[in-house]
Amino acid sequence: MSAPSTQAAPKTPAGAGTTTTRSYADSSRPLALRLLLTRDAAVLGLLAAVVAYALVMVPNFDSQLTIYFLVLDIAPILLIALPMTLVIVTGEIDLSVASIVAVTSVLFGVLTREGAPIALAAVLAVVAGALAGAVNGLLVTRLGLPSLAVTIGTLALYRGVAVGLLGTTAITDWPETWTDAVTATFGESQIPVIVVPLAVAAVLFGLLLHFTSFGRGLFAIGLSSESARFSGVDVERTKLLAFVLTGLVSGIAGVYFTLRYGSSRGDNATGMELQVIAAVLLGGVSIFGGRGAIPGVLGGVLLIGVIGSALRLDGQSANVIQIVTGVLLVASVVSAALLGWLSRRVRRRPPTAAEAAPPAVPTAGGM
Amino acid sequence: MPSPTAPALRLHEVSKSFGSVVALRSGSLSVDAGSIHALVGENGAGKSTLVKIIAGLYRRDGGVVEFQGQAVDFRSTAEAKAAGIAVIYQEPTLFPDLSVTENLFMGRQPTSRWGRIDRRAMRAEAERLFARLGVDVDPDRPADGLSIADQQIIEIAKALSLDARVLVMDEPTAALSGNEVDRLMTVARTLRDSGCAVVFISHRFDEVFALCDTITVMRDGSYVSTDAVADVTVEEIVRRLVGREVTDLYPKQDAEIGEVLLEVTGLTQPGLFTDIDLTVRAGEIVGLAGLVGAGRSEVAQAVFGVDEYAAGEVRLGGERVPPRDPVRAMDLGLALVPEDRRRHGLVLDAPISRNITLATRGRLSRGGLLTSRRENATAKEWAARLEVKAAAMDTLAGTLSGGNQQKVVLAKWLSTAPKVLIIDEPTRGIDVGTKAEVHRLLSSLAAEGMGILMISSELPEVLGMADRVVVLCEGRKTAELSRADATPESVMTAATAAGQEKAS
Amino acid sequence: MTTLAPEPTSPAPQGRKPSSGRGSSRLATVLKARETGILLALIAFLAVTTAINPRFVFSTDGFRDLFLTPSILVVLAVGQAMVIITRNVDLSVGSILGLTAYLAGRLFLDTGLPILVVVLLAILAGAVLGLVNGLLVAFARVPALVITLGTLYVYRGIYLQWAGSDRINASDIPDGLLSFGTSSLLGIPRLAIVSFVVLAIAAYWMRTSRGGRELYAIGSDPAAATLYGLKDKQRILTAFAASGALAGLAGILYVSRYGTISSGVGFGIELEAVGAAVIGGVAIFGGSGTVVGAAIGAYLLTSIDRGLPILGIPDFWQRAVVGLLILGAIVLDKVLAERQHKKLLAERHRS
Repeated sequence: MSAPSTQAAPKTPAGAGTTTTRSYADSSRPLALRLLLTRDAAVLGLLAAVVAYALVMVPNFDSQLTIYFLVLDIAPILLIALPMTLVIVTGEIDLSVASIVAVTSVLFGVLTREGAPIALAAVLAVVAGALAGAVNGLLVTRLGLPSLAVTIGTLALYRGVAVGLLGTTAITDWPETWTDAVTATFGESQIPVIVVPLAVAAVLFGLLLHFTSFGRGLFAIGLSSESARFSGVDVERTKLLAFVLTGLVSGIAGVYFTLRYGSSRGDNATGMELQVIAAVLLGGVSIFGGRGAIPGVLGGVLLIGVIGSALRLDGQSANVIQIVTGVLLVASVVSAALLGWLSRRVRRRPPTAAEAAPPAVPTAGGM
Repeated sequence: MPSPTAPALRLHEVSKSFGSVVALRSGSLSVDAGSIHALVGENGAGKSTLVKIIAGLYRRDGGVVEFQGQAVDFRSTAEAKAAGIAVIYQEPTLFPDLSVTENLFMGRQPTSRWGRIDRRAMRAEAERLFARLGVDVDPDRPADGLSIADQQIIEIAKALSLDARVLVMDEPTAALSGNEVDRLMTVARTLRDSGCAVVFISHRFDEVFALCDTITVMRDGSYVSTDAVADVTVEEIVRRLVGREVTDLYPKQDAEIGEVLLEVTGLTQPGLFTDIDLTVRAGEIVGLAGLVGAGRSEVAQAVFGVDEYAAGEVRLGGERVPPRDPVRAMDLGLALVPEDRRRHGLVLDAPISRNITLATRGRLSRGGLLTSRRENATAKEWAARLEVKAAAMDTLAGTLSGGNQQKVVLAKWLSTAPKVLIIDEPTRGIDVGTKAEVHRLLSSLAAEGMGILMISSELPEVLGMADRVVVLCEGRKTAELSRADATPESVMTAATAAGQEKAS
Repeated sequence: MTTLAPEPTSPAPQGRKPSSGRGSSRLATVLKARETGILLALIAFLAVTTAINPRFVFSTDGFRDLFLTPSILVVLAVGQAMVIITRNVDLSVGSILGLTAYLAGRLFLDTGLPILVVVLLAILAGAVLGLVNGLLVAFARVPALVITLGTLYVYRGIYLQWAGSDRINASDIPDGLLSFGTSSLLGIPRLAIVSFVVLAIAAYWMRTSRGGRELYAIGSDPAAATLYGLKDKQRILTAFAASGALAGLAGILYVSRYGTISSGVGFGIELEAVGAAVIGGVAIFGGSGTVVGAAIGAYLLTSIDRGLPILGIPDFWQRAVVGLLILGAIVLDKVLAERQHKKLLAERHRS
C-alpha cells in the first residue's frame, strides 16, 4: 500500500533475528462490526425476525408440538448440510446426497429383512454411505473430474441402485423400540431427544471447519487450490475426506430417515439434495468456495424449517413453502452480489481482476 | 482530421490515482508512426497504469491523450480498439476450446447472407495474416496448448487485421525463450515497416537496444526522459531508472559453508528436465541460472514435491524426500517460495495471518484445535521480523503491494524453520527498496546456516548473491561454476550451450 | 540490469507446409468427433437389443417409439446444451415444462383459443421464465446453478399452487393436438419431426452464426469474452431464453403426447437433460460440445430406458445404468481431453 518505491530504499536490516519493531492490530475493524456485518449475522437475524413474527401472528406456532415436528423434519437436512458445507467451501459440490440417503435406507432395510441384526445393518448402511462418498471423492480427486458432473452421475447411479434393489416395494416392518427411539422426547415435554446428537454434530463440524488445521486447508483450497497445494495442503486428501464425510453423514441420515418414517424405500428423500444445498447457500456459504460458516448454515437450515412450519400452521400448502424457499435462495445470492457491487461503487476501487485485463494487477499502488 | 505530421500517439502529463494511492503522477509519451518506442521503468514506475489508460481500461484523472493529433478519451477497451489501438499483454487471453482462426475473428467474423459466417473467407484471411507476419501457426488447431509466444502472435495478427495504428506490447518477452524473442522482434520490425507505431515495454536492455528507435524512461510515476536509442548507453538509462547509482545492491555476507543439506541426483522428467544433479550445503547460496523455459522452476517444484518426476532422487540431510509429497518435504525441512506469487504463493483472498500460518497450521494446533489467537500471534511476529507493511492481520493478502506480498510468502516459509529454502525469482515484480531487503535477508539467512537454492533470471542477482552457480539449458545441467568463475559470459555461454549445439 | 538472452539466431521457418488433402481430413474429423462415438454406442445398443428382440425396432410400435419417446428429452437437451456451452446450467427446465404444460391445459380448458395460439403462448411463457433466469444470472453475476435451483422451486411451487388438486385430463385437450402427438408423417412420428426441426435449427445457428460462436467463446473463457468486447450478457440471456422456450415447447409436446397433466409433470427431468448433454459430449464447464451430441445423448438415455428389460435387466435399474453412462461419459471426455492436450503440447515441443 506504500506510495511508489524508491524512497523506501535503504532500510534497517530485515534479518530473521531482528528485534520486533512493527506492531499490528488483529483486525482493521472493531469486533462488533466484524460479527454483525456478516452473512451469518444476516441469516440469524432474519431467522429471529421470522420466529418473532410467527410467534405473534401464527396460531399454535409457540406450541411444543411445532418444535417436535420441526426438529424431526429438518434433522436429515441439518445433518447433511454440515459436511456439505465442507464440500462447498472447497469449491466442490455433492448432488448425490439424497440418493445416498435412499440407497443406505434400502440397504438398511434389505439387510434387516435378510436377518441381519438391526444394529449391524445400521452400521453397514453407514459404512456404505461413506463408501458412496468415497467413490464421489475419488472420481473428483484422482481423475480430476468436475464434481457437478460426477455427482449428477452418482445421483442417478445411487438412486438407481436403491430403486433397483427394492423396485416399488417398501420394507415397513421395523421394531418399535427402534422407531420409537428416533422420535422419543425428553420426559413429558415434546422436545425430541435427537436434538442432542444434532447439536453434538453441529458443534463437531463447527470445530472441524473453524478450529482445526484441516478446516484451514478447506478454506485455502476453496480460495486458491494451487496456493494451498504449494503450501503443504494435501488438496486431494482433504477433498476426498470432505466427500467421505458427506457420504457417511448421508448414510446416518438414511438410517434416521428409515426409522423416522418406518419405511425403507427406493424413492426416500427424493429431491432432498436441492433442499440441503439451498439451506447451505442460504446460510451464506459461497458457491465459489472459500467462504462460509457453520452458524450461518444452521441458520439457513432452521430458516427454511421455521418458514415451512409457520406457513403450514398458517394453513398454507407445501407449494407456497417451495416458492418461499426458492425466492429466499435467489434473494440471498442476488443480495450478496448486489451488496458487493454497492460496496465497490462506494469505495470506487479500480476494476477488479475479473473486469480488468488478465495481467492487470489492480492492487492499489503496486503496479 | 488526423494530421500526417502529428505523432501517432501522444500522452502529456497524464495522471491517475486509486483512492489515496497515486499510481501515475505525470506520464508523458510521444510515439511516431513507423517507429518502435521503448518504455522502461522499474516495477511500480507507472508503466502498466499508463498502458491501461491507453488501452481504455482505466480513465485518466488529468492530462492529455492525443491519437493521431486528435484529443481522445477512451471509456472502454472497445473504444480504444475501434480507434486503432491494440495492446498485447504478457499473457494473452484466448478461448482455449476454439480454433486459432475463430480466436482471431471472434465477435467480428466475416458473414455472408443471413448472418452466416463465411468460414472459408475467415480461414483464408487468417492464413494471409500469418504469412504477412512471417510466422507458422496452424489456423485450424485449437488455442489450447499454444505457447505464450504463439498466443502473442495471434494477438498481434488480430491487431493487424483490425488495422491497428498503435500497438503496445506490455513486457511481451518476459516469458519467451530466445528463439521466440527473435521471432517477436522480427514481427515488431515488420509492423514498424508497415507504418505502425509500436510501444515496447521490457526490462531487458539488450532487446530494447537491439529493437527500438527511441526510449522513454519513467520513474516513480513520472516521466524522466526520451532519447534516440543511439544517443544513450545502458548505464545511463539504468542510472535514470533507479534515480541513483546502483551500488551495494547485493550485500553478500561471508558465511561458513557446512555439510551437504540438499542432494538431488539424476532428477528426470521427460520433456522438462533430464538427469539433474544438485547439492546445496549449509550456509551456501546456490544460484540456479538459465533462460526462461530451461526447466529451472520445474526442477524446483519437482524437488519440493508439488510436481512429479520420473526418475532420480532427492535427499535432505541424508533422508530421502519422497516424490509428490510436499507435506513430507516440509516436515524434513524444505521450503519453496514459488515464482508465481499470485497463483502459487498466496491465497490472495485470505488475510495476511492465515497466509503466514498456512504452512505451519498443523504445528500451531494444540490438541488438534487451532485458534485465530495463536495464528495471529505467530503471524504478527513474522510480519514484524520481515517488516510487512500492513495495518492489521486481517488485511487481505491480495491488497498488498508486490514487495509486501513477497514478504508474506517469505514469512510463511521462514516460520516453518526450513533447513533449505528454495526461492524462485526472489525479487520479480517488487520495488527496488524491498529488493535490497530481500537480498539482505537471504544473505543473513545463509549466514545463520540455512542452505538456499535461488532461481533468478536476473544475471546480476545470480552473480551478486550466489556462492555457486548451476546453469541449466533446455532441461540439462550445462555448467556448475564457483563464485569466482561465474561471470556474465561464462553463465551465458552455458545457458545457451545446448541450443547452439543443436543449431550447428 | 542485463538479463539472460541468447544470441539472435535465424528467424523461425517461414511459410506453411502444404496442407494435406482436405477431403480426407474432413472425414477424419467426422470420425474423430465425440458425437460419432456416442452415435456408435447408440447404434450398438440398438443392434444388441434388436438382435435379442427384433420387435424393439422392427415393429410398428417399436419403430414409432424409437423416435417418439425421446422427442421431449431431445428438445430439452438441445436447450440445456446451449446453456451449458456458455458455462452455465439450467436446472429449472423441468419446472418450466410442468408450468407451461399446465398453462396450455388451462388455456384449452378456460378459453377457446386456437391450438396454434396456445402453443405460441406456452413457448412464449417458457421464454419469459427462461429470461428471468438469464437476467438473474447475467446481471447478478451469480452462478446459474444456484439461480436455477431457486427458480426450480419457485416455478414448481407456482405450478402446484395454481393447479392445486386439479388435474387436466386428455378429454380437456383438443383432439387436434392429441392426434398430432400420436400420428406420423411418412412413418416418422410428428413429435419426432418437431424435435428434428428444433435440433436442425439450433445446430445450424450454433455453428454458423456469430451469436452461436459467441456462446462457445463465453463458455470457453468468460473473462476473455468480456475482454473481446462480446455482448456476453445478451448472449447468456439468449441461451437461457432459448432453453426456457424449448422447455415451453417440451411442455406442449408433453400435452400432445400424454394428454393428462398431473402434479408430477417434468419432475426430475432437468437432471436427465443435463445428463443427456453430458453423455453427448457437452463439457460441463462450457466451451465445447454440440447440440447434436446432446440430442444423441437423449436418444441413448431413452433407448436404454426402453431397452433394459429386453436385455434381461429389470427396468428398475434404469437410473443406475443412466448414472453409469454419465460417469463413463465424463471419464471418457477427461481421458480424450488429456490425450489431446498432451498431443498439442508434444507438437509444440517438437517444433
